[in-house]
Amino acid sequence: MHEYALAEAVLRAAARVAREQDLARVTRLEVAVGELQQISQELFERALTEVETASDPRLEGLEPTVTIVSAALQCRACGATFAMGEAAGEQGADEMEAIHFVPELAHSFLACPQCGSPDFEIEGGRGVTIAAMEGVTDDA
Amino acid sequence: MTLDPRADGAAARLADVKRVIAVTGGKGGIGKSSVASVLALEAAGIGHRVGLLDLDLTSPSTHVLLGYPTAFPEEPFGVEPCDHAGVRCMSIAHFAGAHAAPLRGASVSSALLEILAITNWGPLDVLVVDMPPGLGDAALDVLKLIERAEHLVVTTSSRVVLDSVNRMLQLLMRVRARVLGVIENMQRAPSSAASELAGRHGVRCLGALPYDASFEDAAGDPERISGTSFASSLRALLPALNL
Repeated sequence: MHEYALAEAVLRAAARVAREQDLARVTRLEVAVGELQQISQELFERALTEVETASDPRLEGLEPTVTIVSAALQCRACGATFAMGEAAGEQGADEMEAIHFVPELAHSFLACPQCGSPDFEIEGGRGVTIAAMEGVTDDA
Repeated sequence: MTLDPRADGAAARLADVKRVIAVTGGKGGIGKSSVASVLALEAAGIGHRVGLLDLDLTSPSTHVLLGYPTAFPEEPFGVEPCDHAGVRCMSIAHFAGAHAAPLRGASVSSALLEILAITNWGPLDVLVVDMPPGLGDAALDVLKLIERAEHLVVTTSSRVVLDSVNRMLQLLMRVRARVLGVIENMQRAPSSAASELAGRHGVRCLGALPYDASFEDAAGDPERISGTSFASSLRALLPALNL
């Protein structure tokens, strides 16, 4: 499951930021996952606690929270705004699996429900981001 | 805060890759993909552990050139490149199949970063990257994300191509990228164009690869490719690339 690779990326980034900010421990980590990633919230939360390759003492005991952000799409051809579930195009298991691997492939398989164009802006709901992070220094 | 963690993931995925050679050039149709694919094939043929990453996200072609299958990759932890003819291959074609991928700039960057962040290359002696033409998002992203990449610049003796490749070399020198040298591809007659271009930028001209009409027929079959004069000429250049 490539969720584990993305979880490792999140933890490595969090550990790097903690190092740069001289944090002794990270106490809160909020991760936002775009709907286009087609990732299960529960699975990703589990991956974030199970990945060992990115283990860092600053992250010990951390229980990251994951929020799924709905995709917001806007057609560049006709201006229509639409949600992922409203998109036209091919949405079979293989197409959704491809989008799961590389979310930008939404442009290969989804289309504007009004005019059918694949040229739409992904205004929200893609990618994995660290939305919030807090920690304590040794002095705290 | 909003932090995209994938660059950290990409660095981790490339941690066991000793060298990254980006096969680049300023123009489409000059044979970058052929050079990248055959370079990977021939380097593997002499015992190196080799990966091939096709970063031409809108027009991938290394799967056609080497004939590797484009089924979804295995994903035990991240995704596994497809092992083919001794080369670990990764392309957007694994996910898009034969569908068009109409990507604008931001989407090119995001897709590139996603692929770098999830691909398990494992230990490699060299990862060959087939770069897309031009100085667009993908080229700039590779310069930013893989600073240690060594650029192998492909040109032909066409004045149109030389003009574009000159711009590419200007950029590479300006950002102090590592340039392995210039190769003239599809040479039909002896020419000093590539060596003059390389000399203008203070980089090496590594040699020339002949125009080989038999290469098109060999495409898709690694064994036949290795028998072409194109492949044997490229094989002869491997020592100049420290391979």
